[in-house]
Amino acid sequence: MSTAAMSGSAPRVRGLARRRGVSIVMITLTCIAAALAVVPLVVILGYLLKQGAGALSLDFFTHMPVPVGEPHGGMANAILGTLLLIGLASVVGLPVGIGAGLYMAENRGTGLANLVRFLADVLNGLPSIVMGIFAWQFLVRPFGHFSALAGGAAIGAMMIPLVSRTTEEMVRTVPQSLREAALALGYPRWRTSLQIVLRTALGGIVTGVLVAVARVAGETAPLLFTALGNNFWSLNLSKPIAALPLQIFSYAISPYDEWHAQAWAGALVLIVLVLVISILARYVTRSRHGGGGD
Amino acid sequence: MTEAPERLTEAVAQQRGHIDVASFSFWYGKTQALRDIEMEIAPREVTALIGPSGCGKSTFLRSINRLNELIPGVRRTGEIRLDGENIYQAGMDVVTLRQRVGMVFQRWNPFPKTIYDNVAYGPRINASPKAAALEEIVESALRRAALWDEVKDRLRDSALALSGGQQQRLCIARALANDPEVLLLDEPASALDPIATQKVEELVYELKKELTIVIVTHNLQQAARISDRTAFFYLGKLIEMGGTQRLFTSPVEERTEAYITGRFG
Repeated sequence: MSTAAMSGSAPRVRGLARRRGVSIVMITLTCIAAALAVVPLVVILGYLLKQGAGALSLDFFTHMPVPVGEPHGGMANAILGTLLLIGLASVVGLPVGIGAGLYMAENRGTGLANLVRFLADVLNGLPSIVMGIFAWQFLVRPFGHFSALAGGAAIGAMMIPLVSRTTEEMVRTVPQSLREAALALGYPRWRTSLQIVLRTALGGIVTGVLVAVARVAGETAPLLFTALGNNFWSLNLSKPIAALPLQIFSYAISPYDEWHAQAWAGALVLIVLVLVISILARYVTRSRHGGGGD
Repeated sequence: MTEAPERLTEAVAQQRGHIDVASFSFWYGKTQALRDIEMEIAPREVTALIGPSGCGKSTFLRSINRLNELIPGVRRTGEIRLDGENIYQAGMDVVTLRQRVGMVFQRWNPFPKTIYDNVAYGPRINASPKAAALEEIVESALRRAALWDEVKDRLRDSALALSGGQQQRLCIARALANDPEVLLLDEPASALDPIATQKVEELVYELKKELTIVIVTHNLQQAARISDRTAFFYLGKLIEMGGTQRLFTSPVEERTEAYITGRFG
C-alpha cells in the first residue's frame, strides 16, 4: 500500500489508491465505449460524403436513370418513389398504430391490451425480409404483379409497432385530471380519448411517427418482394415503383463504376433524408416541452 | 348516526337539483370506502362535506356524477336519486347525468386551448348551438363565474396563461356552460392564495341562488363560512349532518366535536 506510510489514519485510506485507479480505468473504458458508439455514424457519413458528393448534382434530383455511358443520369424516379412509398406506408401504419397505442394506453392492464402490446413487440422484432416474403405471398402473388401498394403496405406494417408503442407512452403521460375534466363535462369516453387525450399527446406522437418514417424509409428487403423497382417515372400505385434503397441496391451490385458512384450518391441522399427527419423529430419534441404547461 | 336525519320538507324536495341518497355503499376492490350513507341534499343550498383524509368524502362526491366508475374494480350498492330518479338505474345515460351534474376539481385543469374554447367545449358537443348562440352561452357562463371582466379582451388567448385563481374560475365557468343543476366542488380553493380563495367563495355564495352546490373541503372555517349544511364523514360513514351553524356550535356526536375542535384529523 503506497499510503500505508502516512500515519495512524492509514487504515482509513487503505485501498484508496486502488479505488482511484479502478475509477480512472472505468471512466476511461466508458469514454472509449462512448467514442466507439459514434464512430460508425461518423465514418459512414464521412465516407458517403467523400464517395457520393462527387456524383451529386442537380441532375441527380431531376433526371431519370440512363444507360451506362450516357451523361446526366439521376434518380428522380427513385426519390419520388420513396416519398410515395412513405406516404402509402403512413396511410396503412398511422391509423392502425395510433389506434392500437391509444387502446393499449386507455385500457391498461386488461388482458387484450397486454396481448396487443406483446404482439406489437414481436412484430417490431420481425426481420424485414420475412415481412417482404409475407407481403409477396398475400399482396403480390394473388394479383400477379408487383406494385407500389404492396410495398407501401409492407413497410406500413413495419411502422405499426413503432407508432403504437410511442403513442401508448405519450398517451400515458396525459394527466388523468384532463380526462376527468372532459368526462365531468359530459364527454363520452371515445370523444375524450380522441379530442382531449390524443390531441394533448400529439406532439410526442408526431415525434414517434417521424422516427418510424425514418426507420422504414431505408428498408430494402420488403421492397425487393413488393415494389420491385422501376427505371421509369411512375405514379401508378398498382405498378412496380422505384425506391432509393432498391436503386442503390441494383446500382451497387452492377459492374459499372458510374453506377457505383450513383449508388453512393443515392446512399448519401437517403441518409440525409433520414437525418433531416430525425432532426425534425427532435425539434418537434423540444418545442412541445418548451411551450405550454403551467 | 344515533338518530334518523330530519327529512327536507316536500316543497323543498320538489325543487330542481334535489339529491336523495339511500343506503349507499362503495368499494374499491375489497376496501369499503363508503358505508350505508343516508343523506338528503337540498337544492339552492351549499352542502359542505368535511372529515379527515381518506374518510370517503371525495369518493362520495364523485359518486354523484358517477366519475368513480372509471376506476377498475369498483362496486356499489344503494341509490343516489337526483330529482327522484336513481342515477344508477339501468336506463340512466351517464353523459347526460354529467351534463346535469357539473364538477370542479382541486387542481384546476383547463384544456390546453383558448379561454373561449374551454368554456365552449361542453355546449359545443352536447347541444351543438349556432355560433352566435354559443358566444352568448360563453359570455353568460364567464359572467356567472365572475371572470368575464378579466378575460373579455383575451378570449382567444391560451387558458394556461391565466393565474391559478382565474384558471379555477374558468373551470367553474366551463362547468356552468353546460347549465347544470348541481355543481360538485372538490376542494376547489385548497391550492389557491387567500384572495383567490375569497373570490371562489363569493362565487359559490352567488351560485347557490340557482344551483345545488356540494363542496368537499379540508378547511373548516371555509365550510363554516359558505355552507348552509355540513356533513361530517369518518371512516366511510356519515357521522353527523345538520345545519352548519348548529353542527359547528353544538355537535351531537362526540367524534364530530373532536374533529371540529381539532382533536384529531
